[in-house]
Amino acid sequence: MRRAVLAAIPVILLAVILQTTIASRIILFSGNADLVMLVVVAWGLQERVRGVWIWGVAASLLVAVVSGVPWYIYLIGYLSAVGLARLLVSRIWQAPLLAMFSVTLMGTLELLMLVFFQRTIFEVPLAFGEMFSQIMLPTILLNLLLAVPVHALIRDLANRLYPQETTA
Amino acid sequence: MKSRFPRSLQTVVIFLVAIGLVALALGGYFNPVTNWLTRITVNVQTWISGRYLAIVDFLTVPRDVASLRLRNAELETDVAKLQTQIIDLQQQVTETDILSALVDFARANPEYTYKAAAVIGRDPSPFLRYVIINVGSNGGVLPGMPVVTEKGLVGRVDAVIAEAARVQLVTDAASAVNVRMQTSTTEAMLVGSITGDLSLDMIPQDANVQIGDVVLTSGLGGDYPANMLVGQVVSVRKLQSELFQQAAIQPNVDFNRLQFVLIITNFKPVDIAPLIETPGP
Repeated sequence: MRRAVLAAIPVILLAVILQTTIASRIILFSGNADLVMLVVVAWGLQERVRGVWIWGVAASLLVAVVSGVPWYIYLIGYLSAVGLARLLVSRIWQAPLLAMFSVTLMGTLELLMLVFFQRTIFEVPLAFGEMFSQIMLPTILLNLLLAVPVHALIRDLANRLYPQETTA
Repeated sequence: MKSRFPRSLQTVVIFLVAIGLVALALGGYFNPVTNWLTRITVNVQTWISGRYLAIVDFLTVPRDVASLRLRNAELETDVAKLQTQIIDLQQQVTETDILSALVDFARANPEYTYKAAAVIGRDPSPFLRYVIINVGSNGGVLPGMPVVTEKGLVGRVDAVIAEAARVQLVTDAASAVNVRMQTSTTEAMLVGSITGDLSLDMIPQDANVQIGDVVLTSGLGGDYPANMLVGQVVSVRKLQSELFQQAAIQPNVDFNRLQFVLIITNFKPVDIAPLIETPGP
């Protein structure tokens, strides 16, 4: 558990920095990839790792510090994505990339819908059609494109922190 | 055996034949022969010279290739260093140009005090048009302060920590700025959108808004200082069935390429919320 917590801080911090400096500037229509969510989801999809919920909480709080979106939106969005990842990891463990794509798709949809409703209800009414075509679809596409490399990197990290036990 | 000709006569005959040959040569009678001989000689010499140089090259080139490779590697290293320097210098020139323009803007508007800041990030959410700047409360920045560049209004400070601040751009969907046309008294509301496009709303139906009209902040509401440049009208939508006209605005600031901004630190936003009546129970 300690290893997971110690690894979470630098990895998520790096992901947040890369997100704000690079990923948020690579825009497709009006959407951009959510690198932090991909990292959290990829960590949640590793079988042997621990502290996946801590990763979810840490990521949501760190992103909430830099974002104008209320902190509870990221907390709900990231933790539910982690929960989905843990649910799928035991069921489709033989196809980790399929699980990654599935959780990325559903997690992105859920987070974007949460932000959409939060902004529409509490700040300014937004047009759903415009949001769907200009933000949701491009963001999903970008997230799916980044899902494979992020999953590979996090899998390597998980293998280093939790080496696979070998039988003699 | 004794020769039939005396030795002296032989000498004379040989001499005469030699003179005759020289005379014939000088007269050009041997030209075809000499040309043929010369051509053969030159060809042979060329062939031998070529082979010789090839052999010399074969024996000496390996050493030259090694030295050339070394020299090439040195030069490539130098080129890479110089290219890095060029990129650095170009970056510095660009930054200097931007900062110089900001300084010019500050000089042209001496009624305000400014704090320069670099844009270091953007909001992670695609719904929000916010940027993060590298100056915070330690630099005297407070929430609500207007943010500008030399090209016009950028937004206002939304949240502050010690060493950084978050700025809500005027292109954000939740942003609303009171503006006016430069050439008339027409006032309107500048609103952003989730796509980052700017538009004018609440333009009275009887107002004469033309494409190309320059839009400035009006200062109403107390959120922004007056007469800050925003952009130009690019299209107008006027429907008799609607209460107000609408117009699309081309902002003067390129919000996708913001590098440096100025925060107006001596502008105190006015909170008019207590003056707005709320419906009673």
